[in-house]
Amino acid sequence: MSDATITLEVTRYRPGHDREPHPQSFEVPFQKDWVVLDALNHIKDRIDGTLSYRWSCRMGVCGSCGMMVNGVPKLTCAAFLRDYRPGPIRVEPLANFPVIRDLVIALDDFMEKLRRVKPWIIRAEEKPVSEGEYRQTPAQLETYKQFSMCINCMLCYAACPVYGLAPAFVGPAAIALAYRYNLDSRDEGYRLREPVMSDAVGVWECTFVGECSVVCPKGVDPAAAIQRSKLAGATDWLLSMVMPWGGRR
Amino acid sequence: MSEPRVERPGLYYPKLPTTWWLRNTNYFLFMLRELSSVFIMVFLVLFLVELYRLSQGPKAYGAYLETLRAPGWIVFHVVALAFALYHSVTWFKLSGVVQVVRVGERQVPPSLVTAASFALWAVVSIVLLWFMVRG
Repeated sequence: MSDATITLEVTRYRPGHDREPHPQSFEVPFQKDWVVLDALNHIKDRIDGTLSYRWSCRMGVCGSCGMMVNGVPKLTCAAFLRDYRPGPIRVEPLANFPVIRDLVIALDDFMEKLRRVKPWIIRAEEKPVSEGEYRQTPAQLETYKQFSMCINCMLCYAACPVYGLAPAFVGPAAIALAYRYNLDSRDEGYRLREPVMSDAVGVWECTFVGECSVVCPKGVDPAAAIQRSKLAGATDWLLSMVMPWGGRR
Repeated sequence: MSEPRVERPGLYYPKLPTTWWLRNTNYFLFMLRELSSVFIMVFLVLFLVELYRLSQGPKAYGAYLETLRAPGWIVFHVVALAFALYHSVTWFKLSGVVQVVRVGERQVPPSLVTAASFALWAVVSIVLLWFMVRG
């Protein structure tokens, strides 16, 4: 272990004690294979056990450790200290979310929105298990596969100024997941999701800043999902005007 | 816009500063794209006035063109053209992302859709230019 160190400026907020968050500096050993999350774990284990943050898998799958690293939404398990040398590295809670304590943000709003878009396969009529699975070709899988890679880490919400300005916006990840199920050949829930999608705080709230897709750690393109949903919604509306007897899908 | 959210006690609710669009290049470019519509709108109003003056006869039309030759209006038109081009380029670049084109079961790569959009734009521009030059 070398003697090199790097400074982390970590946001602290103690509810009921602090009026607003403030940064606190910690000097941690610099290890070239350490990520920001390792540095936070070092702080918690060796320097200040009261530091609060979320994490779980350490391998970019669980989506728990999203924070702002030097102002950019990142999974801290995938943000290497070596990429931020010589520092200091600013570590803040995910932007646009209410802060519970230190680096822990409130998830309730996102969870509620996720439920609202019904991100599961909806069938008009379920077939009995004895009839076997709902089958799908590789090409049918390919149409929605990238959108199914979402890990609900909410980095896209932290990158979205629309969500920051209008928190009622359903938001990138929830819409991308709704779109993913709308595209799924096994799903029949398009009409059930439509009221949420075409609501004033649904896809039409988006002004296509596009930063959600830039920060996504899993290569999902929520901005594309939202714009394509706008196109589908507008086409549906037009068809319903031209063919009121049932042009909609 | 949406209803204000109900804030729970104890939580800290961050406010997005009005300068948020200066935080990163993509935000700034987005704001430029939004701003471009103001210049395009003013240009369209000028164009509508031009058509109206044309309907009033050659003298009125000539006088209007003379007004537009003022340095201020020329600068405005140069800036408006730059914004119109920027807006068009961003529009066509995004078209590949938004418009999914399928051939059989396969999706045409977005870059190809964008390239085709640019090509179509160029062809239409050249045809229009040809009509204008031929006058």
